[in-house]
Amino acid sequence: MASADAATATATATEAVRVEGITKRFPGVVANRDISFAVRAGTIHALVGENGAGKSTLMKILYGVQKPDEGTIEINGEPVSLHSPADAIVRGVGMVFQHFQLADNLTVLENVVLGAERLHGIGAAAHAEIKRISDTYGFGLDPDELVETLGVGERQRVEIVKVLYRGARIIILDEPTAVLVPQEVDALFANLRGLKKQGHTLIFISHKLDEVRAIADEITVIRRGTTVETVLPSEVTSRQLAELMVGSELPSPSTQESTVTDQVRLQLAGVEARDPFDRVLLSDIDLTVHAGEVLGIAGVEGNGQTELVEVITGMLALSAGTIRLGEHDLTRMPTRRRRELGVGVIPEDRQRYGLLLDSPLWENRILGFQTRPPAVNGVWISRGGARADTARIIEQYDVRTPGVDTRARALSGGNQQKFIVGREMAGEPQLLIAAHPTRGVDVGAQAAIWDHIRAARRDGLAVLLISADLDELIGLSDSIKVLLRGRVVGDFDPQSVTPEQLGSAMTGAGRD
Amino acid sequence: MELVRRIGLGLAAPALAFVIAAVLSTVLLVSTGADAGKFWDTMLTAPEDRNLVNIINGAAVLYLSGIAAAIGFRMGLFNIGVEGQYRIGSFAAAVVAGEAWLPGKANTLLAILAAMAAGALWAGIAGLLRVTRGVSEVIATIMLNAVAGLLVGYLVKKVGVSTGVSTNTKPIPEDGWVGGFQIFSGVTAEVRGLALLAPIAGIAFYILVNRTTFGFNLRATGQNQSAAVASGVDVKRMVVISMLLSGLVAGLIGMPTLFGDAHNYGSSFQIGLGFTGIAVALLGRNNPVGIAFAALIFAFLDDRSGLLNILAGISPEIIAVTQGLIVLAVVIAYEIVRRYRVNLEQAAVARQIVESTHEEARA
Repeated sequence: MASADAATATATATEAVRVEGITKRFPGVVANRDISFAVRAGTIHALVGENGAGKSTLMKILYGVQKPDEGTIEINGEPVSLHSPADAIVRGVGMVFQHFQLADNLTVLENVVLGAERLHGIGAAAHAEIKRISDTYGFGLDPDELVETLGVGERQRVEIVKVLYRGARIIILDEPTAVLVPQEVDALFANLRGLKKQGHTLIFISHKLDEVRAIADEITVIRRGTTVETVLPSEVTSRQLAELMVGSELPSPSTQESTVTDQVRLQLAGVEARDPFDRVLLSDIDLTVHAGEVLGIAGVEGNGQTELVEVITGMLALSAGTIRLGEHDLTRMPTRRRRELGVGVIPEDRQRYGLLLDSPLWENRILGFQTRPPAVNGVWISRGGARADTARIIEQYDVRTPGVDTRARALSGGNQQKFIVGREMAGEPQLLIAAHPTRGVDVGAQAAIWDHIRAARRDGLAVLLISADLDELIGLSDSIKVLLRGRVVGDFDPQSVTPEQLGSAMTGAGRD
Repeated sequence: MELVRRIGLGLAAPALAFVIAAVLSTVLLVSTGADAGKFWDTMLTAPEDRNLVNIINGAAVLYLSGIAAAIGFRMGLFNIGVEGQYRIGSFAAAVVAGEAWLPGKANTLLAILAAMAAGALWAGIAGLLRVTRGVSEVIATIMLNAVAGLLVGYLVKKVGVSTGVSTNTKPIPEDGWVGGFQIFSGVTAEVRGLALLAPIAGIAFYILVNRTTFGFNLRATGQNQSAAVASGVDVKRMVVISMLLSGLVAGLIGMPTLFGDAHNYGSSFQIGLGFTGIAVALLGRNNPVGIAFAALIFAFLDDRSGLLNILAGISPEIIAVTQGLIVLAVVIAYEIVRRYRVNLEQAAVARQIVESTHEEARA
C-alpha cells in the first residue's frame, strides 16, 4: 500500500485518470473494495490481477457501464460521474473489449462509423479520417475491406481505430493479447508504443506478466478486489509480480520427473473428420498417448482442437481412421460407452458442455455418470450416493460452495472448474482430456488444477492437454503437437521448445 | 430456516402471479363495462358439494393433459399435439370398447391400452419426423392435430352407428363401464372412477422424472442439450421415447369421460382439453404437484364460468381470458422470483468466499 500511495502522490498535474477509494458491491462476484491508483498522462499503465480479482468490474466502472457504490474518479484532474459509456467517450475514454464487437459482413469503414455517424458522416470524410488514423499509427487498414477477411490482429486494430475515431485519448484495453499469438503480440505492442508517442494514455489489463513488464510504464496489482501495490516494471521480476497477485508462493506448471510408460493408452490413426458440407475438419491425425503421459496440443483456436476432442469423445463421427483406447476400439462407439470405459473430459466451455447450471451440484455429479455408481443404482438415481460423493469432491478439490444443494450457476468459474475436474477424476478414468482447463479461472484454482493434472499423470492416466496458454503447455506436457488447419504440423519437445517456436508453427510461418 | 425460505420462495411466485392476474382481470372487467363486484362475489363464494365434484372431474382430465404436455416440456420438446393424440386415443378406445372383444372389464383394460398405444403412436410420428428429418415437433404436432381431427371425424362416419341426430362409435356395453363414487353424502353427482388415472399418472411421472436415470437424462437434455450429448445421452432416442410417453399419457385424457359418462365417441365428445393442458403444465411449472393445483384452478374457473353467466350476466368467455392472464402472469412472476433466487445464491457463495479469504488473510 505504501508504495502505491507514493506513486499516486507524485505528478498530480499530469494524471489522466485518478481513482480513489472505489468500492463496488454486488452479489456473486468479489467486489471492488477501496481501489485507488493513478495513471499518468501519456503512459501505458497496466492493471494486473488474477481472474475474478475485480479487474473487469473496475474497467466497467471506468467506462461508465457500472456505477461505484463509493469512491471518486477523476479524469484529467476533474472529478467525474460516469453514467454510461457515452459519458466516458465524451470525456475521451475509450474501451477495446477482449471479445471483438465487429460485424463480419460489414467493411472496416462501416464498422468504425456504426453508432458514430454524426462525427464525420459515413462517406468520404469518414473514409479520410479512418485512413488518417490508420496511417498515423501504422495500422495498415483499408477502410473498404470486409472485416470477415481480416485476421485477428487486424480486427483488434479496427477496434482500436473505433475508439480513436470517437476521439478517445485514454484507451482501456481489456486482455488484448489473449487472442493473439506471440508474433501478433509484438505487432500490437509496436502499435501501442506508437499511440503513447502521440500522447495517448493506455490502460492495459492483463494477467500475462511477461507482456505487462515488456509494455507498461507502471503496473498496479489487484488482488481480491483491492489494489495491492503500484510498481515499476524495471524493479520487479515476473515472479515477484505474480506473487503480489496471488499473495503467496507462486505455483509453476512444470512437471517433475517423467512418468511416461510404454503402455499405449490412446491411439489415433489416420483420423479424418468432415463437416456436413464435406469440408475437412481434421485430416491424417496420428497420435499416441501413453499411460502416465501428458500430450499437449498447441494451436491457434479454430484449427481443429475442438473437433479433435469431439472425435475422441464420440460427438463427431470420423470419415476415416481409427481411435483406440487400450484394447478397445472406440471408432464407432457411442459417447456413453466411451465414458464408461474411462474417458474423462474437462470441456473447453464448461458451462455449455460440462454443467447443468440450474441444477444443484449433486445432480451435476450424475452428469456423464448416468450408468455408474455411486451416483446411480441401476435405473435409479442414488441421491444419497450422489450427494455423498459430491461432498467428497467439494472437500478434496476445494470447491468453494455453501453445500451440495447450491446450483452450479452460483459458483465462480474457478470453482465450477474444480468441481468438474473432481467429477471427471471420479470413476477411475483411463484418459483425461483437458481442454483449456485453466481458462478463465483464478491463479489459485489454476495451481490446484495443475496439481490435479500432475497427480493424474503420476497415477498412470493418459492426459491429452489442449491449451492456448503456451506456458501451461510447455510446463505440463511430456510432448507437444501443433495443430494447424486440422493437421498436425509439428512435434516439439517441451524441454527445448520456446513459445516463439510454437507460435511460428501455430501460424504456419516458416512453412509452405 | 433454509427450508422456510425455500418454501417461501416457492409460494411467492404463484402468489405474485395471482395478484397480477386478479388486477388485470378486474381492469378488463371494468373496461368492458361488466360488474366487477359481482364477478368477485361469484368467484370468491365457496363452491357447493355438487360443484366440487364437477371441479374434481374436470381437474382429473386437465391433470392428465397437463402431465402429457409436461413430459415433453421437461426435455424441451413442445408437444402441442396432445389435443390430436387424445382424440385419436379416445376414438381407438371407444372402438375397442364398443366391439367388446373381451368380456367385461378385461375389455375395458384392453380399450385403455389401445388408447395409450394410439396416442403414443400419433405422437411418435412427430418424434420420428424430428429425429430423421429435422422437422420441428411444434409444426409436426400442430399439423397432426388437424389431421387427427379430420381423420377421427371420417372414421366415426365410416365405422360408427347413426342415432338419427348424430353418428357415434358403437355404444360401450354396460359391463364395460367404469362407474363413479360418491364423496359427499346427499349429492348424486359422482367422481368418475377413471379420474383415479390422474393421481396414478402423477406419481408415475414424479418417479420417472425425478428418481430414474431416464428422467435425469430427460431433464438434462431439456436444460442443456450440449451437456447432455457430451455426457453420453442419445438425444434422438430420448426425443422419440419422450414423445411416445407424452402421447401415451395423452391417450388417457378421454378415458374418465368415455367410460364414466359418454359411453361412445362422437361429435359431442369433449374437445379442447389438449390445448388447455399446455396452459395447465405451464402454470404448474411442469411439476406434478404444481400441475395438480393448476388443474384444480382451471377446473374451478371453468365451473365458475357457468355461474357467472347466470348470476352476474358476465360472458363465460371472460373466464377463458382470465385463464390466459393467469398463465401470462405466472410466466412473469416465476422469472422475477427465479432471478431473485439466483442473486440470493450468488450472494451466499460470495459470502463464503469472502469469509474464507479473511481466514486465509488472518492465517
